[in-house]
Amino acid sequence: MTTLTASGTERHGAVATAVQRFRSRHASWVPVFGALVILVAMMVGAQAYFGTFVTPRVLSALLLDNAYLLILAVGMTFVILTGGIDLSVGAVMAFTGMLGASLLSQGLPTAVVVPVMLLLGAGMGLAVGVMVQYFGVQPFIASLAAMFAARGLAFMVSLSSIKVEDPAILWLQSARIQGAPGSFYLTPTGILALLVVLVGILVLQFTRFGRTIYAIGGNEQSARLMGLPVVRTKLLAYVISGVCAGLAGVVFTAYTGASYPLNGIGTELDTIAAVVIGGTLLTGGSGYVLGSMIGVFVYGTIKTVISFLGAEQAWTRITIGGLLLIFVVVQRVIVARSGTQRS
Amino acid sequence: MRSTLTGVFRHRLVWPVAALAVLIVVNTIARPSFIGITVQNGQLYGPLIDILRNSAPLMLVALGMTLVIATRGIDLSVGAIMAVSGAVALTFISSSPDPGSPATVLTAIALGVLVSLVLGLWNGFLVSVVGVQPIIATLVLMLAGRGVALLITGGFITTINSDPYRFMAQGYLFGLPFAFYVSVLAIAVVALLERRTALGVLTEAVGINPEASRLAGVRSRGIIWGAYAASGVLAGFAGILYSSNIMAADANAAGLYIELDAILAVVLGGTSLMGGKFTIAGTVVGVFTIQTLKSTITFLGVPPAISPLFLAIVVIIVVLVQSPRTRGALARLAASARRAPATKMGAAS
Repeated sequence: MTTLTASGTERHGAVATAVQRFRSRHASWVPVFGALVILVAMMVGAQAYFGTFVTPRVLSALLLDNAYLLILAVGMTFVILTGGIDLSVGAVMAFTGMLGASLLSQGLPTAVVVPVMLLLGAGMGLAVGVMVQYFGVQPFIASLAAMFAARGLAFMVSLSSIKVEDPAILWLQSARIQGAPGSFYLTPTGILALLVVLVGILVLQFTRFGRTIYAIGGNEQSARLMGLPVVRTKLLAYVISGVCAGLAGVVFTAYTGASYPLNGIGTELDTIAAVVIGGTLLTGGSGYVLGSMIGVFVYGTIKTVISFLGAEQAWTRITIGGLLLIFVVVQRVIVARSGTQRS
Repeated sequence: MRSTLTGVFRHRLVWPVAALAVLIVVNTIARPSFIGITVQNGQLYGPLIDILRNSAPLMLVALGMTLVIATRGIDLSVGAIMAVSGAVALTFISSSPDPGSPATVLTAIALGVLVSLVLGLWNGFLVSVVGVQPIIATLVLMLAGRGVALLITGGFITTINSDPYRFMAQGYLFGLPFAFYVSVLAIAVVALLERRTALGVLTEAVGINPEASRLAGVRSRGIIWGAYAASGVLAGFAGILYSSNIMAADANAAGLYIELDAILAVVLGGTSLMGGKFTIAGTVVGVFTIQTLKSTITFLGVPPAISPLFLAIVVIIVVLVQSPRTRGALARLAASARRAPATKMGAAS
């Protein structure tokens, strides 16, 4: 009896050690797997419930409908990894979209307007970064101010919506690139979003800059003492988020075929939710762009399921809120546990 | 004389009050009617009275926000709580057989505020017990709360016709708007609780160092929890006032961006976002400053939609002035300025 229990505990101990080793080595990937499991479970569940959910049309639309969110989420991942937050992305997206549409309607060529939009986004990001880095303003407040400012500026461009008739911009959305078997398709906006994800992954995993981002999020003080360029890196993270917001402005304008100053209200929260659901720790230092992409798809699937159900769109928000909460609490538990392990 | 003068200038309410005074003076120069108050049927009217009346919802929300910020937190969900509270109250009134009776209205208000209290307690639970960061804990409710409000109203804008309910925001009592008395009452209650009891000191202790205050025997968990509950209740009353003003429950528009206005009011008043020391009088001044600024922006013919830009500029100036870097530069400047006359005086004697 006693030996049996002992060997049982022993075996249990061996398994636990293996799990422990796996967890400690790949701890930061566990939340990403969690998000992936949720995504797959939702897809399977929806397929079982509706009969026709996982179809090429729906899956292709998932990328198309959320291309702008994907781009924003990549930028937000950089900022959150440094331990900051950028609440201005939705408003900056609206502002760059408005200005772009207005410039296009005045007859400027697309080749000029799109770089202007990206630069504008970069400028807004830089402003937030300077406030955070040089004036010690909390990221939350600095980006909140930028959000107010960008929203006001968007309305300053025009109080009503501006239609976009530029063929190049509309092409981004309307071109259907038929791929692979079945009726899967990609749009240039979707390709753009996937490219941004790819660049994000490459930059974060394989460059000195990317490693510095993780180091700052892990412990800013240590990163500074190690002689890493903390100031420059943090500034750049906000600039990247701004550029992504500018690019999202281009994509969103193409998506709706018009710019409206109220575009993207609440998008910053959707973006943060997607990043957090994708496993990035809000305290910084741990997370992946790939996870954020899965987070965006989780968000998109919830939206699609709710429209399939014909339920009130209000449920999207409630579900996202609930999921965000679950993930944050789980993160909290993980952080608390790793904290006790370390000590 | 000189020391009293420096004492006055050191007082932390100086800058907020100065900002408000400058705004009022500029407004009065631009349009002399600004400070004019007319009496009609024994009731006072005028731009200043409008500011008093319209600032009531923001005042309630900002008072709650002050308490939460004092504990080193933030409450982003106040706008959503306003929407839920208004939705609950109006749905109750519109479904009741007698929407005009005071009993119905009082029950509706009680229900709305009760639901807000529950939401505030939920926030407080997440922050103080589970240990979720305040910005995220309240972000959840900010996201989901409006969805809940939309569900309660069935996605429509519920309108009602009830004179007692209308009285809350639009009625007059002793010549002044009733909403003004509501905000005065809220200020008095919060100030009495926080400044006439030890609660305020304990709140500051928790905000300055939660761990140290816990070790010193302060029940920090309860104090943080209470701050969020208070913020929820105050936002609930604000939601009642807002819906009474437009006599409709608009789940999308009620309290939209009010959390940002409230944070701005608190910061303008001189409470640091880092938690700890807070000033209720400063928040009151901050709220009036924002409401005056909004009135100015409207007067200038700027579409209300652009007003966030001006608020943003004010926020940026305020936070940059508060920043250690600017303070350091100003202090150096002041020191060199003080040295220069001193040496001159020394040469004269």
